[in-house]
Amino acid sequence: MTKLRNFLPLCAGLLLIPRPAHAMHISEGILPPGWAIFWFVMAAPFVAWGVRQITQRKQADPSYIPLIGIFGAAVFVFSCFPIPVPVAGSTAHPAGTGMAAIFLGPFASVVVAFISLLLQALFLAHGGLTTLGGNTFSMGVMGSFSGYGAFRLGRLLRLNLFWSAFLAGVTADLVTYFGTSLEMSLALHGTQPFLSVLAQIFLAFMPTQIPLSILEGAVTGGMIVYVQKHRPDILRKLKVLGEVAK
Amino acid sequence: MRRSLVALSMLLSLFTAAVATGQEEEKPKWPGVDETVVGKYAEELGRPARDPYINTDQGDLLLFLFALAGAAGGFVMGYYWHKVFVAGKREPETKDRE
Repeated sequence: MTKLRNFLPLCAGLLLIPRPAHAMHISEGILPPGWAIFWFVMAAPFVAWGVRQITQRKQADPSYIPLIGIFGAAVFVFSCFPIPVPVAGSTAHPAGTGMAAIFLGPFASVVVAFISLLLQALFLAHGGLTTLGGNTFSMGVMGSFSGYGAFRLGRLLRLNLFWSAFLAGVTADLVTYFGTSLEMSLALHGTQPFLSVLAQIFLAFMPTQIPLSILEGAVTGGMIVYVQKHRPDILRKLKVLGEVAK
Repeated sequence: MRRSLVALSMLLSLFTAAVATGQEEEKPKWPGVDETVVGKYAEELGRPARDPYINTDQGDLLLFLFALAGAAGGFVMGYYWHKVFVAGKREPETKDRE
């Protein structure tokens, strides 16, 4: 546990290396207008439902607000600070949406991802305004729901908290990049076979993303173990650990 | 198993951090996957990226904004972390005593 406590600030410290991000967000202008609008339409209901859920949950339980603060900021920081991967010779970043989905719920995690991506597109030349819908769908919707699903599956398979959260982190990260590949290949495959373009783009991400997804899994697992040790009541409220204590 | 995983992650973190700081001195630019994958395929498939509508990639402005974003994000995270894990942890104990 002491090692885990030391490990978390170390990972957080990594995020403070100030370098412009070069990562998975689809840059401005890459998606043709039709596809850009399509992904906005696909992402909008999730964002709207997420806003509704956040409003309801914070009214029912004010202690939900600080959790949004922690995990909202975590998603923003995770998704814009690149981490170099020596084996691939390039940089990329984790998504953070798997962790946010466990603690905030998948719909709220979509909202958090949308706001992070909007700020990055506006101020950090990262992603783009026209591709905001596409990026929200891949990182927010696909990342959050796959991560949350993987966590619940892990619990169903009776994996302990660490490994369930590890699975969530890895899945959210890889599925996010699959989403990016899917959006690009759908929009740009032209006369080439769609599946071949999809496979090419997705496989090109893998040398960088596999090590990063393992790191993201370890951070997500470490975080849930930390919360279990220091504030188990939060996990009970989220129904991750048995019933709510009375 | 968990211990070895934590140790492995710590080593990986240290290694990547060391490479990140060292790399800046020797080779200022380390390509990101937006260039090596997203940009490359977008260009190959005939739809290269255009400049952002609000282009903050001007000199050191972008670096400054990233530092600012990191500081703001870190502050928000730290503030709420304290609220949940330090002040929040004491709260239930106080209520129990009452």
